[in-house]
Amino acid sequence: MLNIDNLQVAVSGNEILHGITLHLPAGEVHALMGPNGSGKSTLACALAGKPGYQVTGGTATFRGTDLLAQLPEARARAGLFLGFQYPVELPGVSNAMLLKQAVNARRRQRGETEMDAMDFLVAVKERMAFMEMDETLLERGVNEGFSGGEKKRNEILQMLMLEPDLAILDETDSGLDIDALQVVARGINHLRSPSRAVLLITHYQRLLDHVAPDRVHVLADGRIVRSGGPELAKELEARGYGWLTGDVAGVEAR
Amino acid sequence: MNSKQSVEALLAKEYRDGFVTPIDEDRVPPGLNEAVIRLISEKKGEPDWLLAWRLAAFRHWQTMVEPTWAWVHYPPIDYQAITYYSAPKRRAGTRSGDAIDPELLRTYDKLGIPLAEREALAGVAVDAVFDSVSVATTFKDRLAEEGILFCSFSEAVRSHPELVRRYLGSVVGPADNFFAALNAAVFTDGSFCYIPPKVRCPMELSTYFRINAAATGQFERTLIIADRGSQVSYLEGCTAPMRDENQLHAAVVELIAEEEARIKYSTVQNWYPGDAEGKGGIYNFVTKRGECRGARSRISWTQVETGSAITWKYPSCILRGDDSVGEFHSVALTHHHQQADTGTKMVHLGRNTRSTILAKGISAGRGQNSYRGLVKVAKGATGARNYSQCDSLLIGDTCGAHTFPYIEVKEPSARVEHEASTSKIGEDQLFYCQARGIAPEEAVSMLVNGFCKEVFRELPMEFAVEARKLLGVSLEDAIG
Repeated sequence: MLNIDNLQVAVSGNEILHGITLHLPAGEVHALMGPNGSGKSTLACALAGKPGYQVTGGTATFRGTDLLAQLPEARARAGLFLGFQYPVELPGVSNAMLLKQAVNARRRQRGETEMDAMDFLVAVKERMAFMEMDETLLERGVNEGFSGGEKKRNEILQMLMLEPDLAILDETDSGLDIDALQVVARGINHLRSPSRAVLLITHYQRLLDHVAPDRVHVLADGRIVRSGGPELAKELEARGYGWLTGDVAGVEAR
Repeated sequence: MNSKQSVEALLAKEYRDGFVTPIDEDRVPPGLNEAVIRLISEKKGEPDWLLAWRLAAFRHWQTMVEPTWAWVHYPPIDYQAITYYSAPKRRAGTRSGDAIDPELLRTYDKLGIPLAEREALAGVAVDAVFDSVSVATTFKDRLAEEGILFCSFSEAVRSHPELVRRYLGSVVGPADNFFAALNAAVFTDGSFCYIPPKVRCPMELSTYFRINAAATGQFERTLIIADRGSQVSYLEGCTAPMRDENQLHAAVVELIAEEEARIKYSTVQNWYPGDAEGKGGIYNFVTKRGECRGARSRISWTQVETGSAITWKYPSCILRGDDSVGEFHSVALTHHHQQADTGTKMVHLGRNTRSTILAKGISAGRGQNSYRGLVKVAKGATGARNYSQCDSLLIGDTCGAHTFPYIEVKEPSARVEHEASTSKIGEDQLFYCQARGIAPEEAVSMLVNGFCKEVFRELPMEFAVEARKLLGVSLEDAIG
């Protein structure tokens, strides 16, 4: 699904990622963990195509096509979803409006007809109920005045509507209370399927108690310093990152 | 309608109404003097009192100085280089009162304003003004059944001189300001509308202004009178060909609302804005004012200003009647090198008068956008209330937004509130939309429409659709 090889990324001329290699096959959920400033969000932004994140070396392919050559909106329409760590507000643009535009952009890409208003409403309300969200959020401006928890649920709602092949979720669990965390986890688990892949970026083991990862990678100083099974996350929880961050040689993540 | 596809299609286009109609013109030579004014008056077969009114305005205008207080910059206008009258010539074989020239019909069809009544826009009566004259008015007979007078200004002077004489210049006097005085001297046509007492106009009335001839100014007057207890909704649209020289449009609109009457006046202004380098475009220097003359009357202005190289206009309300209400809802957009200095005046004279101002300015490219508004409460206007909100939206960092609110309150019981905000469409917002598969142009259009939606809500349905489309076109290339 996603193959990253020796990816180097710079922001304002400073190299942040010094050669990331990570292979994420369809059907799997990988967790990407690491301390603050290790480059987790930089990887997410570079894969989604955020302006200012300059790829200085290496490759990234998504379902066999060169991801890095495409515009951000083309990546999204092709089935890549980025769940934002800090979702921005779009004042005056209703949540329903954004969702509808996004869903139809993806449908057009696949050569499908646009969703009519009725089908859209049924689909979105069903998913809102699943995410335990108030329907009034549909007519509010995107993330406008939303609480931290509502913003994160809203990201997952968008994901459920867009049904991406690859979801990169950047610290979707941060700032959530335990109830909200469970709802968000439920949303992610709902998306899991043999044809999809998820990259969960997180600080903590907490989310992984609810969404069991197939692989865990540890990022430190712009390099993947350790990869392993789910037990690695538990070990990190117990020991912290300190014992790994000294190891700068880097290993290949699989 | 699929709004998304249409926006995308429109984004690929430039100013779409910039064509020229090939038609013979009856033109007066350029220049401005009493002889030209006499010639215009004679061509229109006007009564002596109107010629005298024009000449008085002209003599006053000659003593006036062009205003310089607006936040706009342009080279001096040579008033002697402008042609003040240009009318399409009638084809040989057609007589006055006969069918409209097919070339004109084609022009209005192309603009989406069919003039043949069987094809005409449902529920909208149109007065079509082409350069200096009104070329057609639709649904006149249907309106006449209700006692509504809707015709060109020239026809009103001929058929209803008593009404014209009574109301002309009663809100915007012939010496009101430099451009209004110029208009009073040389105005050539425009629309006239009278709604009799207690009549609710059964359809939208509208004027479509088209400038076609080169090096010609357009100077029209609109006079709308809503008698006691009547209601009318009026729409105004305007376009012009793309030309490299600037053209002057100096119009006057006067509204009179008698007791318990309501007038809603909506404008979608799409004059040619000039090219991306700021060459050409219309100077839109317009005086619009309504008077709530009777108690409990209401005048509501809604404007969407996307065109013109320079916009200088302040649709205003004189709230003379007790308990009368004035409203101003505005979206003004400046892109490339466009400049706008626009706003309103709310003058509270009567007791318990209320006014609302909602102004949205959008600047992109090197556009300069100024809101200028006056809220004045006279002594004795007890219980007067005003609420003003001015929001500016910036796209990019080479444009400007300015706010000049003036508040003069002489009545201690008055309540005046003013709120203002400035925001910017940020790269983070655009990227967020892109990450959802939405291209930046679409994202801007979505954000701009969101910013304007309180104003669009005030527009009649068809106009709201038009306004949204126009914003899409006007913002083409607004983002790097």
